[in-house]
Amino acid sequence: MFEQILFYWFTAVLLLAAIGVVVARNPVYSALSLILAFFTMTALWLLMEAEFLAIALILVYVGAVMVLFLFVIMMLDLKIVEREGFIRYLPIGLGVAGMVALEMIMVLQRSNFDSERYVAPDIPADFNNAEALGELLYTHYLYPFEIAAVVLLVAVIAAILLTLRKRDAADQAAKTQDIDQQVRVKREDRVRLVKMKSE
Amino acid sequence: MEFISSLWYAVPETLRIVIVILLQIVAVVIPLILTVAYTTYAERKVIGFMQGRMGPNRVGPRGLLQPFADTVKLLLKEVIIPTKSDRYLFLLAPILALAPAFSAWVVIPFSENMVLADINAGLLFILALSSLGVYGIIIAGWASNSKYSMLSAMRIGAQMVSYEIAMGFALGGVLIASNSLNLNDIVRAQSGSIFSWFAWPLFGLFIVYFISGVAETNRAPFDVAEGESEIVAGFHVEYSGIAFALFFLAEYANMIMISALTSIMFLGGWLSPFQGLDFLINIPVIGLFFGNGIHWLALKIAFFLLLYLWFRATFPRYRYDQIMRLGWKVLIPVTFVWIFFEIIAVALGWQPWL
Repeated sequence: MFEQILFYWFTAVLLLAAIGVVVARNPVYSALSLILAFFTMTALWLLMEAEFLAIALILVYVGAVMVLFLFVIMMLDLKIVEREGFIRYLPIGLGVAGMVALEMIMVLQRSNFDSERYVAPDIPADFNNAEALGELLYTHYLYPFEIAAVVLLVAVIAAILLTLRKRDAADQAAKTQDIDQQVRVKREDRVRLVKMKSE
Repeated sequence: MEFISSLWYAVPETLRIVIVILLQIVAVVIPLILTVAYTTYAERKVIGFMQGRMGPNRVGPRGLLQPFADTVKLLLKEVIIPTKSDRYLFLLAPILALAPAFSAWVVIPFSENMVLADINAGLLFILALSSLGVYGIIIAGWASNSKYSMLSAMRIGAQMVSYEIAMGFALGGVLIASNSLNLNDIVRAQSGSIFSWFAWPLFGLFIVYFISGVAETNRAPFDVAEGESEIVAGFHVEYSGIAFALFFLAEYANMIMISALTSIMFLGGWLSPFQGLDFLINIPVIGLFFGNGIHWLALKIAFFLLLYLWFRATFPRYRYDQIMRLGWKVLIPVTFVWIFFEIIAVALGWQPWL
């Protein structure tokens, strides 16, 4: 009973937030609605007792990805978009929407998710989601997991290399700080006392 | 008495759950707010002492009522909303800053059985919520429509995202050592004596965690977000009255949170440092003090809060690029190396904390 109330509440918020992403005129509001949608989504996952996935979603998407996203939107200083060409794009939009709706109906038929076909697994109360997931990832799916890690590492290095800006050859090397050198500086290196007659 | 219990069972069950949860929340939040109030008082007194001043001494005996005077003052002041600001987000931002700072307290074990939600992914929950705190500040900075606020929001966003990584790795080390994500289990894994606390085998991670905790809460010496000499007061420059007070409350609640977490992860939380010394614990009345309990957690939190204030009175502010360098090039490699050797130790079965 209590869980059902929570479920319907979160579902309502999720749907409203998802609509808000599309409808909001201010891009910052869109991004914030998306964050709200992610957040309520995790609440639904928590209700399904997938607490590890839910918290990972918050950590990765809400905590990191969307922060950077919001940053970019705020920095770009986008003006509030006017709706123009609504009628012009309407047929294409309707076509795409209809297609997506059709495909979703085909995939999400009730028979595919029937509660008789998919009985909820009978798990003990102290079942540890994170532990079960970890055991699978590090034993059965070890190689795919490690390959994914290496691919991500390559992406990180590539991203750093792409933004690493080399100055012109004429200019000395790229301007960087050498903290050790800065710390080791002595008074003699910076200050020169000159003795001269007063004029 | 019977009348009350019959009245209680007349309430529908769903409503009863809600009432109990709300009462539990109140039981945690009110002491927390009081602690925040007296942390501000302690801050002014301690820094005053370190700088050879008196600190507040006018309201109440020894200035003890000063926090309440401040609260009343802030409550009565007008909340000014800048004309060109984004009205709704401007008012939403303090709430978004406050909510994660408070809600993280549900998983904190105050003593053996005193914990609101004893969930088995407690550590992850804390990490997730602490990563949400940044939104309140970014939104405040943007919604104020002020250059100073925006600059501050940019700085703080980058700073918090960077230090979260070091923090996450430090917690990863604790996770490996304790074999559990549940905070109470982490505390129990440190029982034995003062030498079983994780602070000793994981000393590097302990230091890294507390430093990144200070950076995460934007306290001196990492307070570039509010650098008075550069950007006035940073993200809350346009806020006044209670809206400002909420940011203040969130900042101090986060400080207490980081202190509590450091005590729980590395200094054994509610475990007594005299554990194992049975002759002390068996003394009739004083033994209660030497035994485990919430007072040890409180003392440890107070110690870390003192460190916070001490840092503020001692260190000059870091420059922005130095903060970034410290986070990415010093703290994160330290955690890498420490966790690497920890994993080797675990693989060899050499576990000094057992």
